[in-house]
Amino acid sequence: MKHFWLASWTLCERELVRFLRQRSRVIGAFLPPVVFWLLIGSGLAHSFRGANYLQYFFPGTIVLIILFTAIFSTISIIEDRHAGFLQSALVAPLSRVTIVTGKVGGAALLALIHALPFLLLAPLASLSIPVAEWIPVLLLLTALSVGQAGLGFLMAWRLDSSQGFHAIMNLFLIPMWLLSGALFPPSGAATWIRIVMRLNPLTYGVLGLQECFYADGSPLGHGTVSFGACLAVSAGFAGLTLIASILSASGHEGTV
Amino acid sequence: MNAVSVENLTHTYPAKRPSKTPRQALNGINFQIHEGEIFGLLGPNGGGKSTLFHILSTYFPPTRGHVEIFGVDLLRDIEAVRRKIGVVFQAPGLDPKLTVQENLKHQGHLYGLSGEILARRIRDVLGRVGLADRAGEFVETLSGGMKRRVELAKGLLHQPKLLVLDEPTTGLDPVVRREIWAHLKDLQESGATIALTTHLMDEADLCDRIAILNHGQLVALGRPKDLKAEIGGDVISVEAEDLPALGADLERKLSVKSTIVDGMLRIELERGHEFIPLLVGAFPGRIKSVTLGKPSIEDVFIHKTGHRFGTEDRLP
Repeated sequence: MKHFWLASWTLCERELVRFLRQRSRVIGAFLPPVVFWLLIGSGLAHSFRGANYLQYFFPGTIVLIILFTAIFSTISIIEDRHAGFLQSALVAPLSRVTIVTGKVGGAALLALIHALPFLLLAPLASLSIPVAEWIPVLLLLTALSVGQAGLGFLMAWRLDSSQGFHAIMNLFLIPMWLLSGALFPPSGAATWIRIVMRLNPLTYGVLGLQECFYADGSPLGHGTVSFGACLAVSAGFAGLTLIASILSASGHEGTV
Repeated sequence: MNAVSVENLTHTYPAKRPSKTPRQALNGINFQIHEGEIFGLLGPNGGGKSTLFHILSTYFPPTRGHVEIFGVDLLRDIEAVRRKIGVVFQAPGLDPKLTVQENLKHQGHLYGLSGEILARRIRDVLGRVGLADRAGEFVETLSGGMKRRVELAKGLLHQPKLLVLDEPTTGLDPVVRREIWAHLKDLQESGATIALTTHLMDEADLCDRIAILNHGQLVALGRPKDLKAEIGGDVISVEAEDLPALGADLERKLSVKSTIVDGMLRIELERGHEFIPLLVGAFPGRIKSVTLGKPSIEDVFIHKTGHRFGTEDRLP
């Protein structure tokens, strides 16, 4: 057991150190969502009926930061598996569970580290998080980070080129974010969009964060789903991606 | 005890698409690696040596067959096997953004080493490969040869009984190549068994024993010296205009068999120096040049497969 934690932590730690030493990656994952938030939020400020758009877009931006960070850090698996550190890890006396824990843990931790500072910008949107909400927010962010990192791992493990990853990201991950309530609420959308949004696990992350930020009632009338349910769905999704990642990594491939 | 015992090993890569056929990379291989020897897996690209390396390194399991490493069945107890072997991949496995020390630290943790023991081991292995003073440097600032030595150190950290290396000197200049070999010989002296792949003939000569792989099959196995002796005394290469005709005449007139390899007529026989005057005398004007040589590992390969190393042209 000690070996498991030592090895998992070392994979995690390596991920953190490596990421933080590449300044462009830090900037690349954190700044674009912040710029999107400022530009789109200010641009739509008065076109969006019923709420201040900078406020509305705030939780969605946090989810985008988590998505970008988790994806950028799991993408390294693709190259790492053929040439790099991960190769050595694959022939070390470790179970694949250790490798998944380390890799997903590292990516999730990085996502959290990027998301938390953004919370400090909340006053810019005249938002504040009551002290009572700190722990729930942190729990939800953790669940979201693990879920996105797990999803990233699952895809990176199956792919053999990072170009393929970018394609999937644009075709699948970005739409997943677009339809999570990050940009617009389900209430005004077409029926089929509303159905897709209901089925999208990321929706519950955005909803849950909105619940925390607008404790006095959300600006665009949801409250349809309780915070507890949002947290449960997000944690459940994180658990699923973890299990799927472990199963995927445990299968022998027989190819170089 | 044998360090490695391989029986009836077969590996087939699954077809990438349903329309393609699966590729058989190894076909019923048998051999042993003795404890304490440097064993070379030699062969052209696509011959199967890389597949064999990946199986021995536990990177993936074989389709069929039996592999034992120091008496432990690879398919039964992969963790025990992994503790006994140190693996050095051909593709760089170091993190350029981390220091030498940090790279080794992470590697140690993967093998359950930590604290003072790990610190001591890192000092030991770095001293061994002559990089004791480079521990704090970022890997990206090291030369190619130094990086390869750090890879070697990484593989040695958990004190494996068997070191498995994939093309350890590929891409290195001759001086650095000799350095790496000096380290391998040192390791052998301290009791390690070493298995490595190579496509370099002169490297094969440095191994205690070699296995030559071609099209997934073992075509030769033994000490380089013995394999060369098997061919016979000398190899004579003849340059001439019409090789097939000359070959036929040679057999008719002097009852000597020859093969055409790479635009030369190739003759293997004892006491070559005595044969050359006969040869030149028998075909005045038809021979451009004659070369006499001792058989090399390359000649062993040609002898066994009928084509040159690195070319796939079959002889007529």
